[in-house]
Amino acid sequence: MKTIEVKKPSGYATQIGPAHPALKEPVMFSLDIEGERIRKADFVPGMAHRGVEWMGMRRNCIQTMYLAERICGICGITHSISFSRAVEQIAQIQVPNRAHYIRSIVGELERIHSHLLWAGVAAHELGFDSAFYLAWRVRENVMDLLEYLTGNRVHYAIIQIGGVRRDIVPDQFPRIEESMKFFEGAYAKLAAVFLDDTTVQMRCRDCGVLTTDEARELCPVGPTARASGIKKDVRVDHPYAAYGDVEIEYQTPDLLTGEVRGDVYDRIVTRLLEVKQSIGIVRQLLAMLPDGPLLAIPKPAVLLAKLKGVAGEAVGRHEAPRGEVMHYVRLEAGKDEPAAWKVKASSYSNYMAWIPMMEGEQIADIPIIAASIDPCISCTDRVALVRPDVRQIVTKEELHRLSVEKTRRIQAGLAK
Amino acid sequence: MNLLTPQQIAEVLQTAAGAGFVSARCAEWAEGVKGRKSKQVWLKIARESLIPTLKRLVEIQYPHVSVIAFCDTGAQVDLMYHFHVYWGIPHEEVLVTLTVSLDKTDLKVPTITGIIPGALTSEREKQEMLGIEVVDIPDGRRLFLPEDFPAGVYPWRKDETGIPPDMVKDLWATGRENLRFNDNPPPPDPAPVNPANPVNPV
Repeated sequence: MKTIEVKKPSGYATQIGPAHPALKEPVMFSLDIEGERIRKADFVPGMAHRGVEWMGMRRNCIQTMYLAERICGICGITHSISFSRAVEQIAQIQVPNRAHYIRSIVGELERIHSHLLWAGVAAHELGFDSAFYLAWRVRENVMDLLEYLTGNRVHYAIIQIGGVRRDIVPDQFPRIEESMKFFEGAYAKLAAVFLDDTTVQMRCRDCGVLTTDEARELCPVGPTARASGIKKDVRVDHPYAAYGDVEIEYQTPDLLTGEVRGDVYDRIVTRLLEVKQSIGIVRQLLAMLPDGPLLAIPKPAVLLAKLKGVAGEAVGRHEAPRGEVMHYVRLEAGKDEPAAWKVKASSYSNYMAWIPMMEGEQIADIPIIAASIDPCISCTDRVALVRPDVRQIVTKEELHRLSVEKTRRIQAGLAK
Repeated sequence: MNLLTPQQIAEVLQTAAGAGFVSARCAEWAEGVKGRKSKQVWLKIARESLIPTLKRLVEIQYPHVSVIAFCDTGAQVDLMYHFHVYWGIPHEEVLVTLTVSLDKTDLKVPTITGIIPGALTSEREKQEMLGIEVVDIPDGRRLFLPEDFPAGVYPWRKDETGIPPDMVKDLWATGRENLRFNDNPPPPDPAPVNPANPVNPV
């Protein structure tokens, strides 16, 4: 009898796939499967590693600030504000208060847009495409508002070391308030669509659980940590920009549901609560917006000369929509470029939480669990399933189909 | 909970570091109209004191590990362990940074994943990017670098083990391999003129 040799398919370990709608950059999961259950989960990121830190250590601080802005296409202000804050602390540059407020306002608008984007993606992963269209239509409003205020939809280019580059003038306030009213209405609608829907509850309740103890040990950040009951939010813990001036509370799911379960549903609740919170913060900040200049050092050449003369190390942090972002910067006197620059993005901290979330769940739940931390590594184009004898690659279409079929099965069961 | 001030935290950790203590610095930074201060403690310690100091920090509050930052200073590689304590208490969080300097002749550091499992991502990254050996790391595989990345090249080092120039891709040159720096691309061929209608090409 002839034995057939099964060869491992080549190329699964280093793949750069097309963008997956759930995950915006490439990552590979390797899962040990028993039937439909995930026995063991592992992930391999790095397919989109661009060596940004290497590049930044070969550019002057202003160039690096713009480079930092381009680390992420969703968090357009997150990395530039973190890098600027680190440099400002080293050079002891006091940012004018008006600039602090404008930074915070744009940061909150970014949170609204990012969470709405996520809500749409999550709905799509569940096969709930009408909610996906609704969330993304609502999101267009905040994108338009960001364009109106900063000139750009994505990379706002509003941050400069020592302040901001554009003002928000009283003539613009009515347009902002109009959008805030629109989001209040949209929040009520989205909350009803997501939270009261039986199918969403059946797919997301007790799915992808991260317990409070696991969350404490694995150190996730942002909504992923808060949905597991970890009260951690840079805006509250570590006052910066204008956040020290307004009243902000940690948004944990028990504020709405009365309990913390740490599942996918709780992560939806947390993000929706944060959209509502951001509307309130924008209103408070606009009402308190102080007068004054926008930049501590308006001329870039003067700024560069000052930065060339300082030495030291500092950390700049910001609460991005996905959680804490941290930039470590070290400057040396006489050098234009940073001696060291370490970027810690929020998903960097959230990766490890995937493993306890996925283990014990079904293959069809992978898309929603992977999406539930709102990964900014993004983009599983395929998942490798390791069964004892065969190795099989599942494409994103296949995975999405499995997820939609599970939702349909649940709905068919409900109809009976 | 009785909160320690940053100065007290620095003193407590200095005692825990014992002979390995090098220096300590407390910093504050205020932003906004109310000028609420964010608090920081920066400690320099020897490698041998890392685990005892961290164990003492855990007694203050189970810390959140943010990231391990780095700096290649020439003869040494500095590792900055960034922790937060007192998170969950509005405006009271303290950023505690433990700096450990390693000689390039002996780039070894003990793992802290036995105390905080969440540090694994950062430790794996430091191994591949800086060529540091994290002793007893539970999972020593590469994280971000591909499997076929050459051994002995460490992207964040600034010495001869860093990225060599031939590994750097000049994206601007893609598709223009025959051009040198200051050459302009050749002009496109002029479109043939239609004699009957000189305005529109053939």
